[in-house]
Amino acid sequence: MKLLYFAWLKTRTGMAEEEVTPPEGVATVGELLSWLEGRGPNFAAAFSDRRAIRVAVNQAYAQPGDPVRAGDEVAIFPPVTGG
Amino acid sequence: MIHVQQEDFDVSQELAKLTADNHAIGGVAVFVGLVRDMAGESAISAMTLEHYPAMTEKMLAEIEQEARTRWPLEASLVIHRYGRLEPGDRIVMVAAASAHRQAAFEASAFLMDWLKTKAPFWKLEETSEGAQWVDARDSDDKAAARWVKRDPDAAE
Repeated sequence: MKLLYFAWLKTRTGMAEEEVTPPEGVATVGELLSWLEGRGPNFAAAFSDRRAIRVAVNQAYAQPGDPVRAGDEVAIFPPVTGG
Repeated sequence: MIHVQQEDFDVSQELAKLTADNHAIGGVAVFVGLVRDMAGESAISAMTLEHYPAMTEKMLAEIEQEARTRWPLEASLVIHRYGRLEPGDRIVMVAAASAHRQAAFEASAFLMDWLKTKAPFWKLEETSEGAQWVDARDSDDKAAARWVKRDPDAAE
């Protein structure tokens, strides 16, 4: 699974993208965020306020209950501020 | 038509291209967004727009398609820039062309409101206190929400 981070999520996690293999039992967006949060203080800090985080799976907005699978591209970013 | 680009654009040339040879068009509504030199109390020297290329084009195309199903548009255009921009620079242009003005006005407002809350762009402002990521505004969410269609069968 490929993860992409944008804006301050990139700064706080310290990376723009990474390849991960989540353990069995990580089947949804919400479970993925919880698993990522446990990977270290930088991740815990970056993911602490879930209301400030948006997720897209394969370039489409996803909700916490939506599924994630091996091979997906999962982007994690703050609310958008373009225009 | 969707363009996501680093370089500037010429508004009058874009309008001429959009309406060329289509005499069913009775009006075009245009919005052009510019970089301001202030954010609240802080002066801004520049801003950098980051985006998620694979998703940006897809979202903008979906938003444009939605506008075209809601209003009888003869032509539509969204141009959004990314990269480093300075005060006064153009950031975004939307245009909606229709036989009559109401569809053009409404569709152009809709395009901007949905773009601001759905298209994956993020602004990093350079101020005297350092670089700051811009926070999303509640007022943008409210502006976008006025275009959400109520589904009479939806459960609360």
